[in-house]
Amino acid sequence: MNSKGIRIENLKKRYGSGDTAVYALKDVNMHVAPGEVVGLIGPSGSGKSTLLKCLGAVIDPTAGRMILGNEIIYDQGWKVRDLRALRRDKIGFVFQAPYLIPFLDVTDNVALLPMLAGVPNGEARAKALELLTALDVQHRAGAMPSQLSGGEQQRVAIARGLVNRPPVILADEPTAPLDSERAMAVIRILNDMARKFETAIIVVTHDEKIIPTFKRIYHIRDGVTHEEAGEGRKFE
Amino acid sequence: MISLAGRDIMHAWGKFVFTGVGLGLLIGVTLSMAGIYRGMVDDAKVLLDNSRADLWVVQKDTLGPYAEPSSLYEDTWRSIRGMQGVATVANVTYLTMQVRKEARDVRAMIVGIAPGKATTPGWPPYLVAGRQITRSHYEAVADIATGFNLGDHLTIRRNHYKVVGLTRRMVSSGGDPMVFIPLKDAQEAQFLKDNDAIWQSRRRTEANPAFNRPGSPGLLDAVITSQSSNPYVNAALVRIETGYSAEDVAESIRRWKRLTVYTRSQMEQILVGKLIATSAKQIGMFLVILSIVSAAIVAFIIYTLTLGKIREIAVLKLIGTRNRTIAAMIVQQAIALGVIGFVVGKITATLFMAPIFPKYVLLEPLDSVRGFAIVILICVLSSAIAIRAALKVDPAEAIGG
Repeated sequence: MNSKGIRIENLKKRYGSGDTAVYALKDVNMHVAPGEVVGLIGPSGSGKSTLLKCLGAVIDPTAGRMILGNEIIYDQGWKVRDLRALRRDKIGFVFQAPYLIPFLDVTDNVALLPMLAGVPNGEARAKALELLTALDVQHRAGAMPSQLSGGEQQRVAIARGLVNRPPVILADEPTAPLDSERAMAVIRILNDMARKFETAIIVVTHDEKIIPTFKRIYHIRDGVTHEEAGEGRKFE
Repeated sequence: MISLAGRDIMHAWGKFVFTGVGLGLLIGVTLSMAGIYRGMVDDAKVLLDNSRADLWVVQKDTLGPYAEPSSLYEDTWRSIRGMQGVATVANVTYLTMQVRKEARDVRAMIVGIAPGKATTPGWPPYLVAGRQITRSHYEAVADIATGFNLGDHLTIRRNHYKVVGLTRRMVSSGGDPMVFIPLKDAQEAQFLKDNDAIWQSRRRTEANPAFNRPGSPGLLDAVITSQSSNPYVNAALVRIETGYSAEDVAESIRRWKRLTVYTRSQMEQILVGKLIATSAKQIGMFLVILSIVSAAIVAFIIYTLTLGKIREIAVLKLIGTRNRTIAAMIVQQAIALGVIGFVVGKITATLFMAPIFPKYVLLEPLDSVRGFAIVILICVLSSAIAIRAALKVDPAEAIGG
């Protein structure tokens, strides 16, 4: 199912029309293979967030094509009827801040997505615990988010992004609030999970510490992406 | 699927419970207001029940004796007694005034009852202590709400009365407790002037040449005597014989005696529809205002709670939560708030407000059911603003940028 990861071709996004039209994305081309983690970097206002919102099916692109796995999801218009289900089942999100639901414990924060998809509670919790174990936070399964450290919260957020086994994960500055050690730990986890679950992961970042870890990097400037090879530095 | 609303409530239960208690106090006041209205209606019905009359004969074209003043000659009852279908007739007077006992006084309705026995119309139907009035003067039966006890001495106008019996739930339509005294005493109480006024009245009569003529030696005394007594009563209470229609007997009295006669249902209509109508409207207005205030409070609380979760709602929407799931969470929280508020309100009204309120508060189960339904409806409607705010949240807010 994940054989092709995610491919973006000639994606454009225009805000406004006529004389006031502004192109936030002029020509975006990307491809992230299953199991691969790529970096998306660029200065403020370059279009990173707009691209993430388009990829996350939160806003409508103006033109272009997006292919997720074997399915064309956007081609001059959305090809999927239920964007909410698309986000729930095929796209995982990891945010700058973990944004865990404060009134749900760790297990239910992770299990919520499969529950929303109609998976029985017991089965959803079992899936959540499996992921929490893989991310080494199973010992905090019954804790509330406010009782976790920043690193633990981010690992739970990653577990939530992965729980429905989506073909792609969009990570928006996932290491921004963390120190070097924890930031590297998060990137290691993302790489491990990408390999383990055959997931394509796009990491939007400004973080100089983690940029050398990417094998491929997409630079975005003035709404145009440029691909370049990364250092692909090994983790300690 | 887990209950998001339930988890949120459990997570911040203290905030919810305290908010619910605050709302509950307001609901308690609202339920008590409804109870006060029911109590007024019940007081009116109790007044009619306890008089044990089938017909009220009053002065022509008046709404007496409760809603308007009415006076009949005290011997009118004799001619009514002779009419077909009439079983018993008894004169009665009603006068609301302050009844004194030593240094304190109590507002009470003084009821003058004709000589007779406990089954005579107008008499208190049952006593909780002591005995009925057996003497023609200066004995009283008081409702326990007056605070008087057996053996107490009361002062009504210039006369002193000994409390010989106590009764319960004998009140006027305004909720004033009743004090029963012999009819003659009550007539005097209605009429009696102070000594200076009596002296002045006699002087004026003596000075009037029409009443003090040399050729009519007994005229002045006769006029003065007529001026110092009260031959009127407020109404005659009639019980009809079995087998006769109240309406037929009433019509017969109206036709032949040229008096106004009310049946039980007509009198009930006067009491509820006219005498307590203004109070009912005032209470109705308070109920509407309190309902609006409750709705505004619930709306504000739910809206504030929702605004505090905007980021979480954006995340929920981004990860694929349906709008109806989010709306259901808000509605369920509003309903939970309403349930907590109603339970607190019901307890407050029943255990704290009704027993200490100076008027009779009748909390009917059906009113509670209606109140619960209205509270839940208000909560659901009030959550609409919060739902609107939640549904307008853009899932893109979770991504930032």
